[in-house]
Amino acid sequence: MPQIKAEGFSFTYSGSKSPSVRDLDLAIERGEFVLLTGPSGCGKTTFCRCLNGLIPNFYPGHLEGRFEVCGMDIARAKTYELAKLVGHVFQNPENQLFSLSVEREVAFGPENLGLPREEIRERVEWAMELVGISDLRDRAPYELSGGQQQKVAIASVLAMRPEVLVLDEPTSFLDPKSAKSILETIAKLNEELGMTVILVEHRLDLASRLADRVLIMNEGRLVLDGEPRRIFGKAAHLLGVGLPKVTLLFQMLREDGLDVGIPITVEEASAILRGLLD
Amino acid sequence: MIEVEGLVFRYPNGFEALRGVDLRIGDGEFVAIMGENGAGKTTLVKHFNGLLKPTLGRVLIDGVDTRDASVAELARSVGLVFQNPDRQLFSETVREEVAFALRNFGFSEEIVSKRVERILGMLDLSEYADTSPFLLSGGERKRVALASVLVWDPKHVILDEPTIGQDYLQKERLRDFIMQINDQGKTVVIVTHDVEFVAEAKPRVVLMSKGEIVGDGRAEEVLSDRDLVDKASLIRPQISELADSLSDKGLPRGLIDAYSARSAILRLLRERHVPELP
Amino acid sequence: MSLSFLEGLRFARVDSPLHRADPRAKFAMALSFFASSLIFTNALALLALFALQIPIALMGRIARRWARSLRGGAFLAILIFLMNFLTGQGASFSIAMSLRFFCLLSSFSIFFLTTSPDDLGLALEQCKIPYAISFTFTTAVRLVPTMAMDAQEIIDAQRSRGLELERGKLLRRVRNYIPILVPLIVCAIRRSLEMAEALESRAFGASERRTSLTALRMGAGDFAIVALSIALLASSIYISRSLQMPSLEALDSLLSFKWGFAQPAALGRIPKA
Repeated sequence: MPQIKAEGFSFTYSGSKSPSVRDLDLAIERGEFVLLTGPSGCGKTTFCRCLNGLIPNFYPGHLEGRFEVCGMDIARAKTYELAKLVGHVFQNPENQLFSLSVEREVAFGPENLGLPREEIRERVEWAMELVGISDLRDRAPYELSGGQQQKVAIASVLAMRPEVLVLDEPTSFLDPKSAKSILETIAKLNEELGMTVILVEHRLDLASRLADRVLIMNEGRLVLDGEPRRIFGKAAHLLGVGLPKVTLLFQMLREDGLDVGIPITVEEASAILRGLLD
Repeated sequence: MIEVEGLVFRYPNGFEALRGVDLRIGDGEFVAIMGENGAGKTTLVKHFNGLLKPTLGRVLIDGVDTRDASVAELARSVGLVFQNPDRQLFSETVREEVAFALRNFGFSEEIVSKRVERILGMLDLSEYADTSPFLLSGGERKRVALASVLVWDPKHVILDEPTIGQDYLQKERLRDFIMQINDQGKTVVIVTHDVEFVAEAKPRVVLMSKGEIVGDGRAEEVLSDRDLVDKASLIRPQISELADSLSDKGLPRGLIDAYSARSAILRLLRERHVPELP
Repeated sequence: MSLSFLEGLRFARVDSPLHRADPRAKFAMALSFFASSLIFTNALALLALFALQIPIALMGRIARRWARSLRGGAFLAILIFLMNFLTGQGASFSIAMSLRFFCLLSSFSIFFLTTSPDDLGLALEQCKIPYAISFTFTTAVRLVPTMAMDAQEIIDAQRSRGLELERGKLLRRVRNYIPILVPLIVCAIRRSLEMAEALESRAFGASERRTSLTALRMGAGDFAIVALSIALLASSIYISRSLQMPSLEALDSLLSFKWGFAQPAALGRIPKA
């Protein structure tokens, strides 16, 4: 049974004339690392909101078709029921941190769930350790750097022990090194904990090597779905998606008649060229 | 000309954000100031229109010491476009928003309406002239903010992190626009950590780290220098890393973008009579 | 008038016995000083009450900040003195009122300087105040520095577009704040929407009975503080009722303010026994 399943799903926000997501047919299995991308306004954020119940509870509107997450129909589930299973990390680090200390912040979710104190303590330690922020425990979140803040956000979500982790452009406000660090943390969570990850990203150069699967949306529809190397070799660049530069390079070389594969990392590209030049 | 001499800046709380910066930007130059978050880039450019005054050293804008002029006076020739448009939008219509600065500077209503129409046209915002800026999408609001600064035709234009939150197509458009106004003779300074964006535009690159300039030169040289880029806590462009890994095979140094890499690789493969080439 | 006295109300992250004390005990203490200063109208008594807070501020290692908050309140204190004196209340009474203001300000200044908003929120919760209220409070505190930064960015952006906030007549200056206030409000609304989303995503409201990671426990020292606070209040009530207090009324005849007003006694004030 897929963990996330959509069948003919469409959603139109109240007050909007056209659907933000249309005719979505999709199945995502437990443990997959899915990279979701596409031009602005393509429906990525709407999709993310469906995953943890923000749609239709926080964002009312008209639904068609079916969307199930962890066995629950989103049209019927309450947000907090889904929030227990699907953790959501937002783009802006600042606006998802409420407490005056990192420790309290990470405890916030479990506190809301009414868990016993010892269990909260255990989860807080575990989450902070996993993400590598234990030494920041007494600091005020709003004093931290963007990268550190996002790590706190991730730990705070982890403390709820979700099955799925959804991250909507988490590296938008971060500089390249912080972005890399966050993405590595996410990859680790997927590998070590088997957590399903849905990552919305524009920075494909850093993120595409981590994903098992790439979904590209455009104007509300899912237009491409598959393994990164296969997808990037196709019409992806026509959709205004920022491909990794080495991928772009080899696409251009292919147009020049050199068909030797489509790399998505520098290492792959280097290996191909080295093979040719030897 | 923008001249920075021995600039030291200390915040009231004692933090020294700029520790002795010397920089000269000639009229009509295109410069990218790059570095990690917290390196002092934004602090530096805020000195260009007098928002911040030096603790030690001085900043001269076209020969005028910024300490001897008000922000409004300096702003006539230095247009600073901030990162977040939502921290400036306040008018009922886009037209009013864009006209704001012109009215502050005392232009006649005739000139105001002419200039506003012109800049709206240049940035594809004419259809939104009578719309409330708050109803526009993120990318559109960013263009309104840009229009509201360019409308008074400042000689020097400074853009603080213009690529954040933009998708690939929006960035392409932005880059084309920047190069257009630079061609028209304006000095353009962009503050960014988006290495790939800069790699394709190839401006002069000034690298900053911890309040000091650590590198200054042509993009091809600076961005392919691993040590310098590392010092500024940035990541090199993918193409640069690719070129490095194959330098022993004859791939030239200084390649930072896919287009020049394509030509270089094709040339190299032809020289070596590689069979895969048609 | 500077807003620096507000600085004196901000939590100072220092370690001291007072910082480690339970917020509820400290609140009792602040309340006790507050009430005591309302009981007395005698300048010397209020001075003594004020002086009593000095060692407390020293123990809390916030003496300098505390002094700063009082300095910020000096303007208001002088205003209070003048308002009383110029309406014929007499020098000693006017001084007393100013001193009372300082006592009131000081009592809560010490409280806020030594109590982290987090602990305060926790104290509110443990006093069975609905979570929604204590959460609103701690969130508001947490947002203050963020909004201050927003305001600064907005001011920078608008000044960069030629807005001059220092120039012009009064009406113009007030109007010039519209380009500052509108974005500030819009940002605040946007921010609160984003925070609401994030709250929902962290299962806010999932359980009727919310638990917490840490709990405040009143220790011996805290009970001692409460006991002393009660003692202070009780003493104040007793002293003001039954003891003859030396007064500064001699000052009144030296510095009486004649503005066509009669002497203070004739204004109906109860003469001291």
